[in-house]
Formats: sequence, C-alpha cells, structure tokens
Amino acid sequence: MNTFVERFLGGRRGLVNLAILALLLLVVLPLSLSVFRLNLVGKYLTFAFVALGLVMLWGKGGVLSLGQGVFFGLGGYCMATFLKLEASDPVSTAIQSTPGIPDFMDWNQLKALPALWIPFKSLPFSLLATVLVPSLVAFVIGYAMFKRRVGGVYFAIITQALALILSLGIDGNQGLTGGRNGITDLRTLWGWDIRTQHAQYILYFVTCALLLLCIVGLQWLLSGKLGKMLLAMSEREDRVRFSGYDVSMYKVFSFCLAAALSGIGGALFVLQVGFISPSLVGIVPSIEMVIFAAVGGRGSLFGAIYGTLLVSAGKSLFSESFPQLWLFCMGGLFIAVVVLFPNGLAGLFDQLGERILPWLKRRRESAAAAPATLEPAIETPSEKGASS
Amino acid sequence: MSYNTSFLLAIEDLTVSFDGFKAVDGLNLYIERNELRVIIGPNGAGKTTVLDMICGKTRPTAGSIRFRNRELVGMPEHQIVRAGVGRKFQTPSIYENLTVFENLEVSFPRGRGVAGCIAFTRTADVVERVHKVAGEIFLAELLDTPGALLSHGQKQWLEIGMLLMQEPELLMLDEPVAGMSAGEREQTAELLKRITPGRSIVIIEHDMEFVSRIAHKVTVLHLGKLLAEGSMEQIRNNPKVVEVYLGH
Amino acid sequence: MSDYSFSELSSIFLMQGFAGLSLFSVLLLMALGLAIIFGQMGVVNLAHGEFMALGAYTVYLCSSLVHSYAPALAGSYFVFAIVIAFLVSALAGYLAEWGLIRHLYKRPLDTLLATWGLSLIMQQAFRMTFGAREVTPTLPEWLMGSFKPTDSIDIPINGVFVMGLTLLLTLGVWIFMYRSRLGLHMRATVQNRAMSGAVGIRTPLVDRLTFALGTGIAGVAGAAFTTIGSTGPDSGSRYIVDTFLVVVFGGTASLFGTIASAFGIAQGQSITGFFLEGTMGKVAILMVIVVVLMIRPQGLFSSKVRS
Repeated sequence: MNTFVERFLGGRRGLVNLAILALLLLVVLPLSLSVFRLNLVGKYLTFAFVALGLVMLWGKGGVLSLGQGVFFGLGGYCMATFLKLEASDPVSTAIQSTPGIPDFMDWNQLKALPALWIPFKSLPFSLLATVLVPSLVAFVIGYAMFKRRVGGVYFAIITQALALILSLGIDGNQGLTGGRNGITDLRTLWGWDIRTQHAQYILYFVTCALLLLCIVGLQWLLSGKLGKMLLAMSEREDRVRFSGYDVSMYKVFSFCLAAALSGIGGALFVLQVGFISPSLVGIVPSIEMVIFAAVGGRGSLFGAIYGTLLVSAGKSLFSESFPQLWLFCMGGLFIAVVVLFPNGLAGLFDQLGERILPWLKRRRESAAAAPATLEPAIETPSEKGASS
Repeated sequence: MSYNTSFLLAIEDLTVSFDGFKAVDGLNLYIERNELRVIIGPNGAGKTTVLDMICGKTRPTAGSIRFRNRELVGMPEHQIVRAGVGRKFQTPSIYENLTVFENLEVSFPRGRGVAGCIAFTRTADVVERVHKVAGEIFLAELLDTPGALLSHGQKQWLEIGMLLMQEPELLMLDEPVAGMSAGEREQTAELLKRITPGRSIVIIEHDMEFVSRIAHKVTVLHLGKLLAEGSMEQIRNNPKVVEVYLGH
Repeated sequence: MSDYSFSELSSIFLMQGFAGLSLFSVLLLMALGLAIIFGQMGVVNLAHGEFMALGAYTVYLCSSLVHSYAPALAGSYFVFAIVIAFLVSALAGYLAEWGLIRHLYKRPLDTLLATWGLSLIMQQAFRMTFGAREVTPTLPEWLMGSFKPTDSIDIPINGVFVMGLTLLLTLGVWIFMYRSRLGLHMRATVQNRAMSGAVGIRTPLVDRLTFALGTGIAGVAGAAFTTIGSTGPDSGSRYIVDTFLVVVFGGTASLFGTIASAFGIAQGQSITGFFLEGTMGKVAILMVIVVVLMIRPQGLFSSKVRS
C-alpha cells in the first residue's frame, strides 16, 4: 500500500493534494456554481492539460515551448472535424448547393469533401487522432531539433514560429479548415447532443476525471527513475550524456507527452465549448498557456491546475469589468512571476508551509507530528532517499 | 593505419584544429590493458582536448581513436559510454539535488533508454552494486546525503564512483585530486591502484608526487604533440621535459 | 504564373522586388537592433517590436505637434523626428535594461517571458494613449510619389528613402561597433565580461548602453516603417517573429548573415506573397526557414565555434 501511495500519488503529500483537488473539482464546484459557470471551469480545465504538459517539459525538463497551442489546436481540430462531419449529414445540409459537406466548404464553392477529412468520419480514428497527431508532429519536430542539440531560447523561438505557421495556415485555407472563423455549429457526438445542460455536466465530470487520471499517471512517471533523470538532465545535461543516456530522446519523449496532453485538452475544449478556431492556436494563446504553468509553479503538477484556474478566472473577470487594466495586469504577471516568484504559487505555498509548520509543531509539543511532508521548493515527488 | 588488436586504446595521428589553431597535432598514443597512464604537460598542451575527443565531446579534424578495435570517432557520446569508456570532468560534475545513493543509482547501466527508464525498478542487484561501489569510494556512510552537501574531495570520489557503476573498461579522469587535502590524495591514490586491475585508467594530473605514486607510465604532451613517454624516473630525468615543464 | 507575359512577369518581379526591398529595410533595421541585443548579449527581447512601435508613434507625435503648432516645418521635421525616435526608444531601452533585464541575465528563458510581459504593457500603453485604431504621421511632400522609369515600373520614393536610411544606419552601426572606442568596449564586455571589468570597463553601464543602442535602432526602424505603413498598438508584434527568425537564420554572430538573411526572407515573402493567396506566401517562407533551421540550427553564416 505504501509503495502504491509513493509511486502513484507522490507520497502522503501528493495524496492530500489529490484529495483536495478532487474534492474541489468533483464536489465543491459543481454544488456551488451554475451550470454556465461550471462549463467555464470545464473550459479552463482543458487548458490545464496543456499546463500539465508544460510542467513535464519545462518545469521538470527545462525545455520551454511557446507553441503548445499548436498541439492543443491539432487535437481540437481533429475532434471538431469529426463533430462537424456528423453535423453535416445530407439531411441537415439539404439546402446547401452541395449537401453532405460542412457549411463553410459549401460557401467556398467546394464540391466534395477534401481527402483529409474523410478518415474523420470514424469516431475511433478521430479519438486516436486527437492524441496521435499532436504526438507525431511533436516527434518529428522534437527529433530534428533535439538531436541537433537545439535547445533553450532557439527552440522556444522556433516553437513560436510553428504556432505562427499553423495559425496562419489555418487562417488562409478557409475551404479546408474553416479559416478565421474556425469550425463552429457542432451538435452531436455519435448521436448524443453535446449542447444540452445535461451533456455539459457530464462533459465537465469527464474532463475532471481525465485530468485527475493524468495527474496520477504523471506522478507515477515522475516518482520513478524518469523523474530523477529529468531533474538530472535539466541540471547537468552533459553529465547525463556521459553516463550513457541519449538525452535527446528524453526531450523528445517529454515534448511528445506534452503534445499528447495538449491534444486531449484541445479535444475536450471542443466538446465543452462547441467550436475551435485559429485564435487558440497562435502565438498569443500559446504563451498564455505558459503563464498558467508559471503562475501555478512550473515544477508542480497541482500548481499548474490551480494556476490555470486562477489566471483564466482572473482573465474572464477582469476583461469584463476592467478591460483596459487587464493587459497591464497580464504583462505585470509575466514579469512578477519571473522576477519575484519563479516557483509560482506552489513555491509560495511551500515557503509558507516552511514557516507555519514548525510553529504548529512547537505548539503541539509532540515529536510524533514530525513534518515529514515538508519538501523543498522544487517539487520532486518521492525523493525520500535510499531506504524506501 | 595499423589495426593492432592488443591495445585497449589506440590513438593514431589525432589532430584537431579550432579556426586554424592546432590544439592537438598528429598525436599517437597507445594504452594497454590493466595500465594506469598519466598524461602531464603544461597548460594548453592539449591534454583535456584529447580526453574530449576520446569521449566524443569534441570532433577531431583528422586521425583515429580505436577502443577495443572499434572506431570511436563519429560515435555519439552516449554510445561511447555504453561501449565502456567513462569520463570524469575537471570540475566535479555530480547531481547536487540527488543523494549519494541516487547519484550512483542513476549511473547503473540499465534503463538508459526512455522505455527502460520508465520501467526501471530498484532491484536487489542495483542496491548491492551501489553499496559495493560506495564502499570503494569511501562514501558508504553517506548514502543518504544530498550531493550538494558533500565536500569537494567527496564529490570527486562520488563522480569516480558514478563511473565505476558503469563498469567501464577505460576510465578517464581529469585532475582527480585537484583541491584535495594530502590525506584525501593518499586515499585517492590507493583507490585508483585498487580499481586498475581489469581495466585501464588514463589520468591528467599536475601533482607530480601523486603521479609518481600511481603511474605505470607517463606521457608528456606539449603544444598538442607528444614530447616524451616512459616511466616516472625516465620522465623526471628527460632534459626536454625538464625544460618545458618540470624544471624551474 | 502562366497567365502573365514575360515582360509582365519581369515587371511584377521588379515591383514586388521593390516592395520586398521596403520590407527588407524594415526587417533589417529591426534585425540589426535585435542582433545586437540577442546576437551579442544573448538577451531575448520579445518587446523589440514595441520599441519599434514606440519610434513610429514618436514620429506620429512629432507630426501632430508640428502640424498643430508649427506648420511651416512640415517639410523639414521628418529627419529630426527620426533622430528623436532613436533617442526616445534608446531611452526606453535604457530604462528597461536598468529596471528589468539586468536582473535576468543568467536566465534567458525567463528574460523571454519577462520581455513578453513588457511588450503587453507597452502595447496597452499605446492603446490607451493613441487609441486602438491605426495612425499615420503626415509625411512631408518630398516623400510622396514615385519614380516612373518605364510605364509598368513604379518606384515609390518613400521606399528609396527607407532603403537609403537603412544603408546609412547599417554602415553607422558597423563603424560604431568596429571602429569606435565605445563599440570596442561593447564587444569586449560581451565576449569576456570578467576581463572587461578587470581592465576598468564599467560593464553594467556598457550593457545598458548596448541594449539602448539596440532599441534605439528599433526606434529608427519604426520611424522608417511609418513611411510604408500605418501604426497600431500591435504593429510591433506583427514583425517580431520574423525578426527573430532573420537573426537566427542568418547566424547570430554575423552582420553579413543578418543582412543576407533579411534580404532573402523579405524578398521571398514578397514574391511568393504575390503568387500565393494572402498570407500563404508568408507561411511558405516561414516553413522553409524552420526546415532549414532544423537541418542547420546555427544558421547560414555562422563561423565554427569551439565545441
């Protein structure tokens, strides 16, 4: 039982964190929020998938990607393509000049479904695609870059360029992708109407469940040797290489993992919000996803979730009431997170814990309540030493 | 180019130039099995560059490096390591955030690919080997200490230990006793002599007393070329070496 | 392409070539400043575009002031405005380095994020001061119009002016960096900080001035930009990715590489943009750059560096 807790839940502390998050997401929020607001939270949680990926890639692995929107978008577009095809059956599109194809294709004078769209008629294919397409793209790019030791700033700039390329590419090909407006007017998933309130509740819980599952999976990955290796590589890449490790393949792995997670997030986004557009793919959304992870604490899985929720909620609130102020805040947030609290909220929380817990301990006057869960600011689940 | 199979390491005609400057120039060097070779020479002689080329960090412009008759030039670093070559760097290069045990554990030659790494479990043979090596490097009592808290000398030992975990046939150490106290140097000399059987060790050093205690054979480099080679006695009495390096 | 006759094609190429030249000038000016900041100092300044926009807005401000208070100067103010744009952007860069950048030298990825935040703040400041709509300064008479050597070729004067300005500035930067004392100090600090400090160069000040030089050049780029396009709060972000790619593609250590790279990319975009729809020309060129960088990450013209 102990090893299970250690490896899958990141020790006692991880278990507590998981329980709190699960309670918040599965009980507190659904009970206290209207279905409309819950749907918003669900949307934010889809971004949290991207943030989780960034924790693995950037927080643990030291590789910054400013183009995660690419993978979020690829996953989203795969799902949207399937849903759009379902919504474009010949009966509902009877009034078009070419029935049976999506409306935007009809407006663009297309006479038949493009070959790229045809495989997406199948649900299994589309589901697989939401994970595999981003991973494959990440593999190709990652392999080319990391094998040639491209890292750091150069890599970040190239991912930015990729985000730009994809968003412009989608934008400029309205017949194939829906262009700037994106793919909209989605209705059913294999016959199940995703627009009803009932469906929104279910999708919210599905998102939460998948998110919690991913956290557990990532904890498992990190608690083993991989976690140590990622830490070692971000600290001393050369030494790791000279211990016989092919460092580039580890980076490729992290990059593909982050891409797959982002793809899942994108697909869930489409299901909950009902559309996808290039505005979620380009440079600006990609860097916003980075700030979610940064604010939460780039090395902390749980931090990433809370960071995403907080910044997204803040954005919605602020841009409604104080639109002028919001961009200042956002810019200030970037600067503050980098200069003042590089370990984000998780880091602040840890520092707070380091101050409060000894005080509590002294109050209790009992050695049994040893703060065994106290960990350094950079969270590495289960570094409990050799004895375990 | 000879294809002599009796040498563990055969370097022939090794040259590397950076923007026209020849750091190493037509070097020939042969290391036998169970040999402890020390390379000495003034700064800028190219000693570290030679090690860099053997372990794959730098690419030579010309020449060949054959290890157990396999050509190392052009092989990626991690493959050279897996072939049996271990390199210790000048400044201690250990993982500060991991404990001594973990530092040694991640150097265990299993689970080095991504899949293997994910599936890796700390089995009994790993634990056994870690304890054994830790004993050899005088750190058996400090297995739970984070690397950052070790003294400079202990970090050097840990790095040697990390290399020993890989069971290399060729061990290359760059100034292993730099910054160590006299007592630590003695311990290190004893450690190196203890681990030489079954492998070969190449050491770069400046401390002549230390060198004389451990070296089977000494190679002197100067300006990227081989200046002299022989036993410590022969080297000490070689007028060219005295003039360039040892003399005052 | 087959719908055009040969002479039409050559005219198109020439005209697109000139359009490409204007783009080339702007990219080169931006890249020059960035090459100094990124190529030399290793600082990733994602707010570089905003320093460019700052220069453009400064010229606009000068234009408004002149036309409200001293209309007589309408013909001659422009050159002064360019100088003022340089100074304003340089000062802003000086302050930015002092307040923000210098804390982050050891952390390039964090500098990236921090300068992005700075760019957001600057963009919003522009929006609040000048409005969200795009503005254009009133250009002096002598900049308007064009040369018409033949019937089908139209060479705009402002394009020539921008090119001339670019040439002048590139030369100026080269002379400054390689022939002046301060330039020497800058290069020394970048190459070996500790030694430079040891021989008495005030490295923090030199850093600040280097950064300011880079942003000042961006300000001139902005001023030049006003002659070929209008300025809005997000004009800066439009060119920032291109600029970085220009610098990286050309090889960050080579001035010649930057020039060649800017030329190639600008012309490439301009010409393909004519034949492919809309922004697809840009996409095509970007893809080519990324692929080349994947094969040769050090850029086209970098010299061999010791391992």
